[in-house]
Amino acid sequence: MKIVITNGRLVNPSTNIDTLADIFIADGKFIAICKKNRDGTTDKMPGGFAADKKIDASGKLVFPGIVDLSVRLREPGFEYKATIASETAAAASAGVTTVCCPPDSVPIVDNPTVVEMIYHRASLANKARVVSVGALTQKLEGEKISEMMALKNAGVVGVGNALKPVENTLVMRRAMEYAASCDMTVFIFSEDHWLRADGCANESAVSTRMGLTGIPEIAETIAVARDLALIEHTGVKAHFCRLSSVKAERMIARAQFDGLPVTADVSAHQLHLTDMDIGEFDARYHVHPPLRSMRDRDGLRKGLKLRTVNAICSDHQPHDMDAKIGPFSTTESGISAVETLLPLTMRLVESGDLSLMEAIACITFEPARILGLPVGRIEQDCIADVCIYDPEEIWQLNDNTMLSAGLNTPFKGWEFEGRVTHTILNGQLVFER
Amino acid sequence: MSYRQNIQLTPEKNLKHFLAIEGLPRAVLMKILDTAESFSSVGERAVKKVPILRGKTIVNLFFENSTRTRTTFELAAKRLSADVLNLNIAVSATSKGESLLDTLSNLEAMQSDMFVVRHAQSGAAHFIAQNSPDHISVINAGDGCHAHPTQAMLDMFTIRRHFDDFYPLKVAIVGDILHSRVARSQIHALTTLGANEVRVIAPKTLIPVDITSMGVHVYHDMQQGLKDVDVVIILRLQKERMGGAFLPSMQEYYQTYGLTEEKLGYAKDSAIVMHPGPINRGVEIASSVADGPRSVILKQVTNGIAVRMAIMSMTMGTAGQGASA
Repeated sequence: MKIVITNGRLVNPSTNIDTLADIFIADGKFIAICKKNRDGTTDKMPGGFAADKKIDASGKLVFPGIVDLSVRLREPGFEYKATIASETAAAASAGVTTVCCPPDSVPIVDNPTVVEMIYHRASLANKARVVSVGALTQKLEGEKISEMMALKNAGVVGVGNALKPVENTLVMRRAMEYAASCDMTVFIFSEDHWLRADGCANESAVSTRMGLTGIPEIAETIAVARDLALIEHTGVKAHFCRLSSVKAERMIARAQFDGLPVTADVSAHQLHLTDMDIGEFDARYHVHPPLRSMRDRDGLRKGLKLRTVNAICSDHQPHDMDAKIGPFSTTESGISAVETLLPLTMRLVESGDLSLMEAIACITFEPARILGLPVGRIEQDCIADVCIYDPEEIWQLNDNTMLSAGLNTPFKGWEFEGRVTHTILNGQLVFER
Repeated sequence: MSYRQNIQLTPEKNLKHFLAIEGLPRAVLMKILDTAESFSSVGERAVKKVPILRGKTIVNLFFENSTRTRTTFELAAKRLSADVLNLNIAVSATSKGESLLDTLSNLEAMQSDMFVVRHAQSGAAHFIAQNSPDHISVINAGDGCHAHPTQAMLDMFTIRRHFDDFYPLKVAIVGDILHSRVARSQIHALTTLGANEVRVIAPKTLIPVDITSMGVHVYHDMQQGLKDVDVVIILRLQKERMGGAFLPSMQEYYQTYGLTEEKLGYAKDSAIVMHPGPINRGVEIASSVADGPRSVILKQVTNGIAVRMAIMSMTMGTAGQGASA
């Protein structure tokens, strides 16, 4: 399929380009990016290009397809919540072309068969590129390290233990050493198992008032401190997932300053919500790690600006209705969020926290780099993943506008300015509004 | 953040549900105390009944064991001439909200008018109120570590009977504040009613973070904490707390924080001693204090009936009929 996108405003962080351009796509790749010059001329266009599809992007933004570092597809294991087909379709409608799923499906992604199965089903759905993180330890139990080389050969983008902490520090050390030998990135969600205990909300004045068991900030910072020491010792490439506190962000900033090659991400909802939003036990705000204070929210925004925190992800966790019905602590945590990743990121541009280029980088080029994938960029001969975005369209998130099988989001009813109009994956149009 | 209406009040600011003290205006709390005052004489009559809730069905829905609270709710309901259904539902840790909702739908189908709920999870009473049809009132008889507002109101009633006015009072709450729904509700009630000072006394392991944001002063020492105090409230200490590394032993707790006559001596001479019950003698309080002249512990139990009558009649919109009806 040959596609030409004309007159759009190209915003591409990998080359730091923000300009009007025509973009030519053929055989899954960008074959030419022709800038519009100030004198009204256009760079030399490819000769003899017969487009199957012409997209007039006048007044629209054109940027790389979004790369989401954490999307739970719920398949295999929880097909009653969502499926690969339903969630990749939701992703495509939101401009997301690459999704990375954590290994905690059922069965767990700790052997090549599960990886192949997920990749095969994703290719059948053909709405988004699906990559998986493999399990760091067998069955995610934190006792025996997984067959990382086999997982790597099956195509995982790294290894991690999802939301289950590896309590045993010796096992964590060995796992990191082994991952380093395999030249694999370790994806770490740092949380101290004992301090987390059975907590369900940020330990703060809010949890105190509501009588909810708190998860203290030190559950995160103590684990980050341990993991930073182990990373330094083992020399493994590591990425910190879903930071929730500004203290952890500061610790990682210091480590980066000292030359440790670590990266970090934050979920979009942590940048917009705080523990106060829980209100009267509203289970839609039950997330893990928990929503923290206003100070943490603002500090994490600043961390993005300073590039300590490199990427924003959705931490998409679609649920069936029943999962969110019950007293707060008995409900399942998580937000159906893939469709709000871009809108919530764009709000940080509106609020002045990030420039447009920085915001786009946080959801395209940077996460692609963390995953080691040659996507998230609009450059000649690169894989043609594109998101076209109308910055003027005003719309409301509600049950009718959502495509995900999970409707569990506290952002329901929010109005957003700007909406995806086209999504191109591997040079194929996978979504058009 | 969107504006959230207080689910406990009707648009006319009358009591609809009674879920927590937090968010209720002082006037509502005063009205509860005044209404309870009018009901307190009912128990002294030969015929201990008023027909205020005749024809109404009240379901005591206890997902957690309780004798005292359930019994006083039952007595209060019966004195108001309501029909009472007691349900003790032992729930396993795995039981989910769906079954809770199913239980509720079944009870609604039996045309109940009020649920009195006790549940081990914080927020359970709110959850039930949010998921019940409009004509049903929900009263929280204790949810997790969150709130036990009827207990707090009967405590306020007991205090007011002794001191008339809340403004000059210094009140100390001693014990496991961290896990105590009673303490949380008492703190909200005392600060709303205007008590001069509210203190909590316990080791750091039993004090929740940022408790000062609720308007209290924190003490770890009984001598300092009880100085000049008018009311001493002792909380029950759950024996499980020794296991969770909250406390080293019951002996050490008793020696440090147990209310003995000696420690009571640090408070004002006129100070009264309260306890929500049931008492662990020799763990958090000495028998000589619990049974002594300054203890109002049994009065609290008696007052619990009148206060619960007041709250039940107010949530059903029939308080205006008064005890003379």
